Amino acid sequence: MLHVTYLIILLPLVGFTVQLLGGRRLGDPVAGWVATSFIAASFLVSIGVYLDLLMVQAPVRTYSQNLWTWIPVDRLQVHASLFVDPLSMTMVLFVTGVSMLIHLYSVGYMKGDRDFSKFFLYMNLFVASMLILVLGSNMVVTYLGWEGVGACSYWLVSFWFTRESAASAGKKAFVYNRIGDAGFLLAIFLTYDKVHSLEYSTVFANIDKIGSADVTAICLLLLVGVVGKSAQIPLFPWLADAMEGPTPVSALIHAATMVTAGVYLLCRVNPLLHASPDAALVVAIIGAATAFVAATIACAQNDIKKVLAYSTVSQLGYMFLAIGCGAYEAAIFLMVAHAFFKGLLFLGSGSVIHGLHDEQDLKRMGNLRAYMPITFITFAVGWLAIAAVPPLSGFWAKGDVLENTWAAHPALWAVGVVTAGLTAYYMSRLTGLAFFGKDRWSAEVAIDAGDDLPGAHHSEGAIPEPHESVWIMTVPLWILAFFAAVAGVMAISSSRFSLASWIDPVFGANLYNDHLSSASVWALATIDGVVAVVFVAIGLRLWMTRAQRPALEAAFLRGAWYINELYDAVFGRPSERLAAFCADVVDPKVIDGAVNGVASAVRGSGALVRRTQTGYVRNYVLGIVVGTVFVLGFMLTRLWWS
Amino acid sequence: MTINADWYLALGVVLFSIGAFGVLIRRNVLVMFMCVELMLNAANLTFVTFARVLHDIGGQVLVFFVLVVAAAEVVVGLGIVVAIFRRRANATADDLHTMKG
Repeated sequence: MLHVTYLIILLPLVGFTVQLLGGRRLGDPVAGWVATSFIAASFLVSIGVYLDLLMVQAPVRTYSQNLWTWIPVDRLQVHASLFVDPLSMTMVLFVTGVSMLIHLYSVGYMKGDRDFSKFFLYMNLFVASMLILVLGSNMVVTYLGWEGVGACSYWLVSFWFTRESAASAGKKAFVYNRIGDAGFLLAIFLTYDKVHSLEYSTVFANIDKIGSADVTAICLLLLVGVVGKSAQIPLFPWLADAMEGPTPVSALIHAATMVTAGVYLLCRVNPLLHASPDAALVVAIIGAATAFVAATIACAQNDIKKVLAYSTVSQLGYMFLAIGCGAYEAAIFLMVAHAFFKGLLFLGSGSVIHGLHDEQDLKRMGNLRAYMPITFITFAVGWLAIAAVPPLSGFWAKGDVLENTWAAHPALWAVGVVTAGLTAYYMSRLTGLAFFGKDRWSAEVAIDAGDDLPGAHHSEGAIPEPHESVWIMTVPLWILAFFAAVAGVMAISSSRFSLASWIDPVFGANLYNDHLSSASVWALATIDGVVAVVFVAIGLRLWMTRAQRPALEAAFLRGAWYINELYDAVFGRPSERLAAFCADVVDPKVIDGAVNGVASAVRGSGALVRRTQTGYVRNYVLGIVVGTVFVLGFMLTRLWWS
Repeated sequence: MTINADWYLALGVVLFSIGAFGVLIRRNVLVMFMCVELMLNAANLTFVTFARVLHDIGGQVLVFFVLVVAAAEVVVGLGIVVAIFRRRANATADDLHTMKG
């Protein structure tokens, strides 16, 4: 099946084309089923390719497929080529698999939406772009997918664009991503300048010719791109706003797949990072700082999706921390586990929001476990998994990251453990507020008037009794809950599902080896487990009983460290003033001045010259005579003196 | 007896100057026309003179061209003059200054 690798990308693209041409005619729900089936077909092809890749007998299992030469310009030869190795295959499998489940869920979630088919059009295009990103064998193809997912993210965040907040959140996501993309683009230019090739294999083979300063420069430029896409400090605020999109979008794009593109890219260029310890250290520090900052913010948010959004940022920080330590396998492990449990949590929160008729405020939930048992059970699996309670997947994945950090940078390990405690705490707070305690949704409180636009927050008066979601939404929950629970088996090196034995050959000697004794591994795992259990208990104990604890929700944290206000003051306002200056001064004075100046100069000189046009024949004749005399006189004098 | 070519040229200059001054100072459109003809024929006289002096038939040929052009010009010009006199009796050239800028 390896030779049909291109089908993995082509099938979602065909699905996109079908939606584009006939989506509206297919309508609700057929368009959704068609879209889902194309992703499912792509998933099946991926499994076939995966099984064939397993058959390849080599230390590093790879397969590359050159489709055509895309950009043939002199020495710049860019091929549209695909590259399959355990790293990209892992990504392909979980991208297509999770996407399929989320498409299925969306058929139920988006039911009755005005733009039902348009939603699936964007979703299919997104999956195709993500697969291009993952399977590209050179930087340009990766960049194509990179921009594709960014564009789809913009369309999907502002999907309910009649809402002011959704429209501006889309713009925000786009602008933040553009900042990152510029870094990626510069990295591509610099790489081409040094190596004269953009194929990953060629670049990695010629690393020693680049020079260490340039390697660091390339890595840091790539990091700019990655920080934008994966919402790390300093470019993370867009991800919280991106929650304005429909919940399946939050689950698919802003938790499971797109935001992990940065993690994937850094793993892909691991030889570059290995050659530049400085850049790797920067990655680790950014990761640790982001993990901690985002976790503190998540502790004080009241919007269920905002909590999960900051939690995503925090978990991505862990992945960056692992990459910075050289523990690429741990990063991929956490990424896969995170895709399962965060996808699950988002879909669970979507089920809650759906059941409560578009209510997202945690303070207006409570006691939902009595009304939504399936959502509660599956959500609880996700909650305990992300809190890293043993033996669920999060415990193994986060433990893997923290072990490597302990060996590489003990100070950052401390940050990581504190963050793990915060993670357990805020997730328990969320669960306690939503599923335990008294039902606060029945209370008659008019907070703000909800409008009738799709997906609006209805906060007026009592909410009708919540209901469990339809089977089409709960089936993906069960499947994801299963994987979120058992994905930990990938950590067991002797098991058939061992991630390490599958993916480690990709990184080879670049992979960090922590050389920890089994005693210290056990000690670290115990610390992780104890921290998780203790903070889960604290969180539940505090938030099960009471919904209002202002002391624990500092305004500073609720305002997300005022980072938006800071950017507003440093970049937003000055830009606004510059724009106002251009509008009030440059445009009317300089631009209009130039245009009007030319006009009035022509008019003025015309007014002067028109006096010569008297309309009297004799004047014209005189002009002719004088002119002739002058010309003749001139020629005669020339003749005279020559 | 032969007359020196200089006299022919001098006559051409005199005729041309009379024509030019006539165009400049007269107001009557028809008189101005005749003055223009005078200038053209002064040029013709010069052409013929030089054709004789230089033994070049080209000068005489050119005279015929000038005559044809002059005839055509008179046709157009008189047409305009007649059109003007149809609209107003007694028009001088100075009355026709509607093209004033």
